[in-house]
Amino acid sequence: MRLVRALVTAAGLLALWQLLVWATEAPPYILPAPGRVAAAFVARIDLLLANAWVTALEIVLGIVIGTLLGIASALLLASFAPLRRWLLPVLVMTQALPVFALAPILVLWLGYGLASKVAMAVLIIFFPVTAAFLDGLARTSPGWLELARTMNASPGAMLWHIRVPAALPALASGIRVAAAVAPIGAVVGEWVGSSAGLGYLMLQANGRMQVDLMFAALLMLCAMALLLYFALDHGLRRMTRWQV
Amino acid sequence: MPEPAPAIHLRIDRLAWEEGILFEDLDLSFPAGRWSCLLGPSGCGKTTLLRLVAGLLEGGEARASDGRPLDGRIAYMAQSDLLLPWLTVRENLVLGPRLRGAGRALMRDARERAAELLAQVGLAAYAEALPQTLSGGMRQRAALARTLVEDRPVVLMDEPFSALDTVSRHRLQELAARLLADRTVLLVTHNPLEALRLGHQLFVLGGRPTRVQGPLVPEGAPPRPAGDPAVLRLQGALLDQLVASAALTEAA
Repeated sequence: MRLVRALVTAAGLLALWQLLVWATEAPPYILPAPGRVAAAFVARIDLLLANAWVTALEIVLGIVIGTLLGIASALLLASFAPLRRWLLPVLVMTQALPVFALAPILVLWLGYGLASKVAMAVLIIFFPVTAAFLDGLARTSPGWLELARTMNASPGAMLWHIRVPAALPALASGIRVAAAVAPIGAVVGEWVGSSAGLGYLMLQANGRMQVDLMFAALLMLCAMALLLYFALDHGLRRMTRWQV
Repeated sequence: MPEPAPAIHLRIDRLAWEEGILFEDLDLSFPAGRWSCLLGPSGCGKTTLLRLVAGLLEGGEARASDGRPLDGRIAYMAQSDLLLPWLTVRENLVLGPRLRGAGRALMRDARERAAELLAQVGLAAYAEALPQTLSGGMRQRAALARTLVEDRPVVLMDEPFSALDTVSRHRLQELAARLLADRTVLLVTHNPLEALRLGHQLFVLGGRPTRVQGPLVPEGAPPRPAGDPAVLRLQGALLDQLVASAALTEAA
């Protein structure tokens, strides 16, 4: 049933797109019809896949590293109150800095390759994961903690057996946000300076007025991001299967 | 049981909330290896007394008669079952040893004990179930079993049988009375009959600041039959006393 709904929605959006093309009579170099884009997609599939692989690697590495860093910092901040008092305001302040403004600097420091894009994705992901997990760790039901106290649990055991599992649903929300924003980081990184990836391909296609290829790349990115999100969501649901 | 249960003496100089003074100049003694039941209207501080003894609350001094600290010798069963939703019933039962970092041998013993207790509370078929799939009464039985797995000399229970149907309640009262016969037990309950069946001595709380009346010591050894004429006669008197103390609390 979910699949049917998804297919109907996709078909509806395609129909809307086609209608828009007919209604506005937009020339193909402004808004290509779905058919043209599909043709470009099939004709240039090798090019698209080669670049999609690069972007996918950036996104996945970004999510993995960003999530691990986020988990580690949330655990540290939750375990040491003085650290939390000093570092949490700093962490919040860094969020006032638009990450996109850092992209040129990251490219300057880390080069045109993979590293600068991964760093970009990590920077975007790190905060939502840290904030969500920390929030979950702080909100452990006081009853459970009291029970653990009467059972003479050490702070470490309390963290590992009670607070961390109790915070998993919150962490899962943070990771879902991460999966949704990671592609933004990777693509912005590619726009600023790169030699491969879907963002790079889109810039190149745009410069050469190959708007159908640009749309095909966009479609590829969209499909990839959705696939990633739902795969992650599925895994996270299994991890928190006890949650009602 | 690993060691003989101590008597407990609780001393409160003064314990006040924003709403006023809850306890003032209170001395209570709970004898060793006996069940003491605490009755009284809602808000009179029964749970607070348990939490003070459990060391979860500051404001009073609970001492064991053997002079050793109570910490580590108490099993506490709160009003809500506090089962961890991500653990199966079986895993929930051995939470205590796991939290204490018990070694392999201790964990095996705890698991065996948990399996026995699960059967005794009628949950053997639900060992691998997650708590959310159980009814309220079943969850309460699991929480009781978890408390019993702890095997501590002092046991504090806050309305442990309230969510159960009459028959299950009766069975679990018998089971708890048998398994905790030589422990120092503090039982908070709203049910006069339950207190009369299970308690060696009964305290009635009421008023503001809360005063404690008792102990009332019913004849015979618990668990007393519910149809025992003495139990039934005392039940009427106890009910009157509870109504009077509720009126006192409300008036304050």
